[in-house]
Amino acid sequence: MRHLLSISDLSKDEAILILDTAIEMARASDGPMKKLPTLRGRTIVNLFAEDSTRTRISFEAAAKRLSADVINFGAKGSSLSKGESLKDTALTLQAMGADAVIIRHSASGAPVRLADSAWMTGSVINAGDGTHEHPSQALLDAFTIRKHCTKGGGDLAGLRIGIVGDVLHSRVARSNVLLLSLLGAHVTLIAPPTLLPFGVESWPVDISYDFDSVLPTLDAVMMLRVQQERMSDLFFPNAREYSRYFGLNRDRMLTMKSNSIVMHPGPMNRGLEITADVADSARSVIVEQVSNGVSVRMAILYLLLAGAPTEIGGNV
Amino acid sequence: MSAALSAAEITRALTRISHEILEKNNGSSNITLLGIPTRGAHLATRIAKIINEIESCDVPVGTLDITLHRDDLRTRPPKALMPTLIPSAGVDGRDVILIDDVLFSGRTIRAALDALGEIGRPKSVQLAILVDRGHRELPIRADFVGKNIPTSRTQSVAVNLSEIDGQDEVLISDGEAN
Repeated sequence: MRHLLSISDLSKDEAILILDTAIEMARASDGPMKKLPTLRGRTIVNLFAEDSTRTRISFEAAAKRLSADVINFGAKGSSLSKGESLKDTALTLQAMGADAVIIRHSASGAPVRLADSAWMTGSVINAGDGTHEHPSQALLDAFTIRKHCTKGGGDLAGLRIGIVGDVLHSRVARSNVLLLSLLGAHVTLIAPPTLLPFGVESWPVDISYDFDSVLPTLDAVMMLRVQQERMSDLFFPNAREYSRYFGLNRDRMLTMKSNSIVMHPGPMNRGLEITADVADSARSVIVEQVSNGVSVRMAILYLLLAGAPTEIGGNV
Repeated sequence: MSAALSAAEITRALTRISHEILEKNNGSSNITLLGIPTRGAHLATRIAKIINEIESCDVPVGTLDITLHRDDLRTRPPKALMPTLIPSAGVDGRDVILIDDVLFSGRTIRAALDALGEIGRPKSVQLAILVDRGHRELPIRADFVGKNIPTSRTQSVAVNLSEIDGQDEVLISDGEAN
């Protein structure tokens, strides 16, 4: 494996290898060994052409714990805001000797373009592209689900997971659908028809418009952020109606199975898709998702960068 | 392929190593055993069991994965990580016995010393090994050796343990080392 662009590039064994490696990374970070020498001398560039708190800081923390050198590079304050093209940016990074580029971009497919081009030779890691995919988020979600809902190893066979809300604009949902079903879980999308993408019937999922009937059967429920910044149309009548039908509030949470968990990739719109008391409840693993994110990203960086350079398309 | 150690010889070697550890450290009160996965970890568990029987004590035993500290990471595909489980007493001020199956170049032990240094400051670090096959590339030696087996570099030594491989034996085969 040289790049991480999409969950669809991963086999089930590779996905489980990443999750297993993340367990050991978590153990190393929890213990006294916070800093590991593994990626000493490697340069990793965080190229974030779109805003991000969690993902950028999480990748940065992961890279630093493995002793890599990190260069942060955002749209604001760089020549990207002057209109420099992706190609010229990539050529610059190549000239500076970047071993890996972690890219977030508002255009779906930007990481694939970067990886397939001859502009740079390093690894490309997709940290979210448009409405396409966000593979590291899906991996940390699967890691969190596996930790809470299984005995801790293997796949997610037999688990029922609900993904609720703005599926249409959500790259997190696309990556999660691919990964969770790859790992054997049963995924149900719960959303108003206007917020489901075209062609969703062909996805390996069930679809429901009735949150209350599905919620008590779920082992984990993943609330999605309503992405108002990507909404150019009117997708639901108003926020109050949306949260009445598809928001997770205290009354709904009480119908959930014992031991089931509430997840959210963040950032949350408190009061819209999730109420504050649910987000801060004991069932919520939203803050834990962030710390798991560092371990999972350490595993991704280790598996992509620590070993001998492989041929393009070579496997882990 | 020829057998260098039989199951009974392995048991005897581990029993002798256990006694030597106790003799050198004046008993079991300050020792911590750390096995290097995979087979070193099983050997550590066995040595701990023998020591517990001799001294009627409960000696702390853990595992130390050295993969992230290897110096040859860039020359081979990344390896899966194994657990590092440090006993709750930690390693500070303890006499730590590192345990592995085969001592060859010494690079694994160098990595283990680095990993141990990240965890704490032991009073001393000692090395117990089931098979010393020679060909050191670093100034490292074992304190407790099950058996010295002279080999050529092209031979390979396989330690099989019943926990993983079904039976105890040490095999030497000719041909490319793996």
